[in-house]
Amino acid sequence: MIRFEAVSKTYDAGKGSSGHAALREASLEVAQGQVFGVIGASGAGKSTLIRLINGLELPTGGKVIVDGDDVAALDVAGLRALRRRVGMIFQHFNLLSSKTVEQNVAFPLKLAGRSPAEIKARTAELLARVGLSEHAAKYPAQLSGGQKQRVGIARALATAPKILLCDEATSALDPETTEQILALISDLNRELGLTIVLITHEMDVVRRVCDRVAVLEGGRVVEQGPVEEVFLHPASDTARRFVGEVEETAETALPAGVLVRLTFKGEATYKPVLGVVARETGVDYSILGGRIHKLRDAPYGQLTLALTGGDVEAAIARFEAADVRVDRLEGRP
Amino acid sequence: MSLFSNIDWADIAAATLDTLTMLGGSMALTVILGLPLGVILFLTGKGQMLENKAAHTALGLLVNILRSVPFVILLIVMIPLTVLLVGTSLGVAGAIPPLVVGAAPFYARLVETALREVDKGVVEASFALGGTRRQVVLGALLPEAMPGIIAGATVTAIALVSYTAMAGVVGAGGLGDLAIRFGYQRFQTDVMVVTVVLLLILVQVLQMIGDAVVRKVSHR
Repeated sequence: MIRFEAVSKTYDAGKGSSGHAALREASLEVAQGQVFGVIGASGAGKSTLIRLINGLELPTGGKVIVDGDDVAALDVAGLRALRRRVGMIFQHFNLLSSKTVEQNVAFPLKLAGRSPAEIKARTAELLARVGLSEHAAKYPAQLSGGQKQRVGIARALATAPKILLCDEATSALDPETTEQILALISDLNRELGLTIVLITHEMDVVRRVCDRVAVLEGGRVVEQGPVEEVFLHPASDTARRFVGEVEETAETALPAGVLVRLTFKGEATYKPVLGVVARETGVDYSILGGRIHKLRDAPYGQLTLALTGGDVEAAIARFEAADVRVDRLEGRP
Repeated sequence: MSLFSNIDWADIAAATLDTLTMLGGSMALTVILGLPLGVILFLTGKGQMLENKAAHTALGLLVNILRSVPFVILLIVMIPLTVLLVGTSLGVAGAIPPLVVGAAPFYARLVETALREVDKGVVEASFALGGTRRQVVLGALLPEAMPGIIAGATVTAIALVSYTAMAGVVGAGGLGDLAIRFGYQRFQTDVMVVTVVLLLILVQVLQMIGDAVVRKVSHR
């Protein structure tokens, strides 16, 4: 649905300067119906990346293919047609303060030249979908942040796009509202088969709604894969930082024994595997760190252990037999 | 002797009508010229839709030159052009061209400032939703800037009231002219008081109307 082929974007910084590279040879692919997360610190190139998808920015190198079109090769009319197939919501909502909720949702339809009757019907339908029918005549200033983002979502969906871009859509919202907006985004993905690209600096957002994630650092995609994989087994330092994996055990304080990290997923999370294996193999363990949480709807647990005494190899084999992934850690947990 | 012995109410009425005619005519033309000029100034600015350094600099220079000429000088310098435009350099008709040339650049700057206040994100969103430049300017940018554009028109109208007082130089009449010729030069203090009070009421009414309209269009 969306493909980035070695895309670079360099901003001109005036004469004599080499310019600022916001994105360097980024390649990624978003399949239809996927929720694709892009995570990175501010300045990592997230905003540029998402704006390349609907042509708000054009690449200085490489190709961006969206729904079969090379975005940079489209003429003005082609770009407008593409933008009607790609909705976008924003961190600060970017609603027109001079228009009512209803007029804001109707705005993209007016821009597309639809008939007043069609606009009226479609607007009513969209407002009902996001639960704001009774606020139709209000102005954005009279709404809460969560309600404003719902208006933003209804507006983005007005032209029935196939793709929805979320530019830090929950970063200005409180945790409870963030939860509601993320739930709405998930529902839209499921019900409408909408392909969603969201950029964020919060791993929690990725963990809750995304299928795949790309980690951005200094304009480069340093890691990408299924959320489960990146979240549980981050390969890059950047990803580890976002996952909150940077553990503080000092080198000198390492306990004796074999250091391992166990990853439990799904059913295995709730089974008493650890005690059973310890009894059977005579291995002792000290717990150095751990976390238990959910990825989308699936539970997972992760434990960092130091194994001593008994038959360590047999214990590891037993864990693996019980569908627990074992990573041996060297030097540091 | 009565309190307003020097006052010829017919003169006052005629002068008031002259002031209102000058104000109405010049304000309408100021908006017609100044609003597009302000929009172009904004759109050709750095980082805007029609960024064009040469055009922006040239327009900016023209606006600054016109704004830096004192209005009394403008009235005199403009005489040949005024004759060309309205056939006379005298009276109410002769005062309107210099009033417009004095006020339109001022208003254009206020419009430019009002447009700059519009959240860039709203403009970006309008493009992202599939708008053309024209649709974004007319459908998003101008409506969003409307409170500032109207507040600017109020300030401009009030500045025009004080400009009309100087239009007496070309025999345009009006309340300001009456105040100078009778109130000041003939020591008729009562005429001075009445004209100044009328001007004060005019300014107050303009401000109140402007504020009311701004409140009506502002939903921030």
